[in-house]
Amino acid sequence: MAIDELKKATIRDFIKSGKRIDGRNFDEYRQITVKKGAIGVAEGSADVTIGKSRVIAGVKTEVVTPFSDRPNEGTLTFGADFLPMAHETFEPGPPRVESIELARVVDRGIRAAEAIDLKSMFIEEGKVWGVYVDIYVIDHDGNLLDTAAMAATAALQSLELPEYRDGKIIREERTPKKLLDVPTYCTFVKIGDKLVLDPLYSEEIVADARITFCVGDDNMYAIQKAGSGAFTKEEVLSMLDKSFVLRKELLSFITAETP
Amino acid sequence: MGTPSDQPLIVGGKRLDGRAMDELRPITIEAGVLNRANGSAYLTWGRNKVMAAVYGPKEVFPKHETDPYKAVVRCRYLMAPFSTDDHGRSGPNRRSREISMVIKEAFANVVVAEVYPKTAIEIYIEILESHGSTRVAGLTAAAVALANAGIPMRDILIGVSIGKIDGQVAVDMQKEEDNFGQADMPIAIKPTTGEIVLLQMDGKMSRAEFEQALDMAYAKVDEIHELQVAALKEYFDRAAAMPQDGE
Repeated sequence: MAIDELKKATIRDFIKSGKRIDGRNFDEYRQITVKKGAIGVAEGSADVTIGKSRVIAGVKTEVVTPFSDRPNEGTLTFGADFLPMAHETFEPGPPRVESIELARVVDRGIRAAEAIDLKSMFIEEGKVWGVYVDIYVIDHDGNLLDTAAMAATAALQSLELPEYRDGKIIREERTPKKLLDVPTYCTFVKIGDKLVLDPLYSEEIVADARITFCVGDDNMYAIQKAGSGAFTKEEVLSMLDKSFVLRKELLSFITAETP
Repeated sequence: MGTPSDQPLIVGGKRLDGRAMDELRPITIEAGVLNRANGSAYLTWGRNKVMAAVYGPKEVFPKHETDPYKAVVRCRYLMAPFSTDDHGRSGPNRRSREISMVIKEAFANVVVAEVYPKTAIEIYIEILESHGSTRVAGLTAAAVALANAGIPMRDILIGVSIGKIDGQVAVDMQKEEDNFGQADMPIAIKPTTGEIVLLQMDGKMSRAEFEQALDMAYAKVDEIHELQVAALKEYFDRAAAMPQDGE
């Protein structure tokens, strides 16, 4: 919004003096909500908000031909759409590089964590389950990456695989398919020399650099640094440590049953 | 991270190509290899072959992308269709668009863009032959091409990859190690400050392994940087010896 542009100097000054425009601490998330099963017809889904950012992820499954180098494994595909309704700078048309990046970072973490057991998705010779995770960004107030990653993992956590009999998919009969591991994602931005967790849109547009850590209980699964700013080794390690600490809190949202 | 390989990636303490865990593949860099481009560099890194070229400062097209206060830095990283075992599709794909973006952002950190307002500085990286860690090879070549073009920079970036193979941290992943190893981490560092301007990772690494990997990358900065500087010196010596136009 134009007002966000006008606020730039104020926000940088705020951050410099150790404050955030919404009163949060530098290492604090906004309020998080997760609604699993938001899309009934999808085999897995979640509607996630972090503050005023909102992402819906839906999982659909199809019977597909496996990749030739992995004939006994199911396939996993991620897509992300930055819908024009989510922000006035999101225009209809070919995908923005930011949406490609987002889908690929979410993909990398979940794949590296071996979160979904693709080996158990073999059906018969030449046939495996293809799992499609589509990330729909519908409201943008910053930190779309963590919001999208949480929506994708929560949607996969709620996945129920349909039956496949006599060459037909029977979507009415489904079996729950829990994740083997649930990776969690933490995104920070650097504004001046300050490191700020879960940035608002107005903080993102004044940020010098951004970095996302995807971690599990013991291992890290993915990192993505973006933006023209730089991080020191010490900064990277401190944010990584924080991501391991925050994991428990984030995990509780993803694994909680939606009433 | 590929499927776990049946074949070990480390045999008798040596890697598949005979390297030690902290050893780079041989690197060669030549600056000023193209005629038209304002700056260029040809780099070989093991079996990788990379051509990098820089145009600019030049007029910005489309015009609305002009920045009145500084140059816009652009980057296109591409893998040639003949650069891999299987034939690739020509033109950008999702992977190359993401890589182009992170390389562009890394260079935006060091290019002194304020000197050339309302212009574009365009970086082209073509991977002619690919054998693992091409994005950092491309970045290392592009840094030389930028310097060769006379673009003012705060630092000459170096790129290197670190990863984990057969449970051990190693530097400079070649293709099989990238495909069958447990983690891959490209990084770009500013040699004079040690700051990190590009960092990606995927795979499985503990925090201790990550820190070890970072240290391994830092240990290689000077070695790569010296090759860049030598290539530029060699070019300028060559250029100085050339007869001047109109003489």
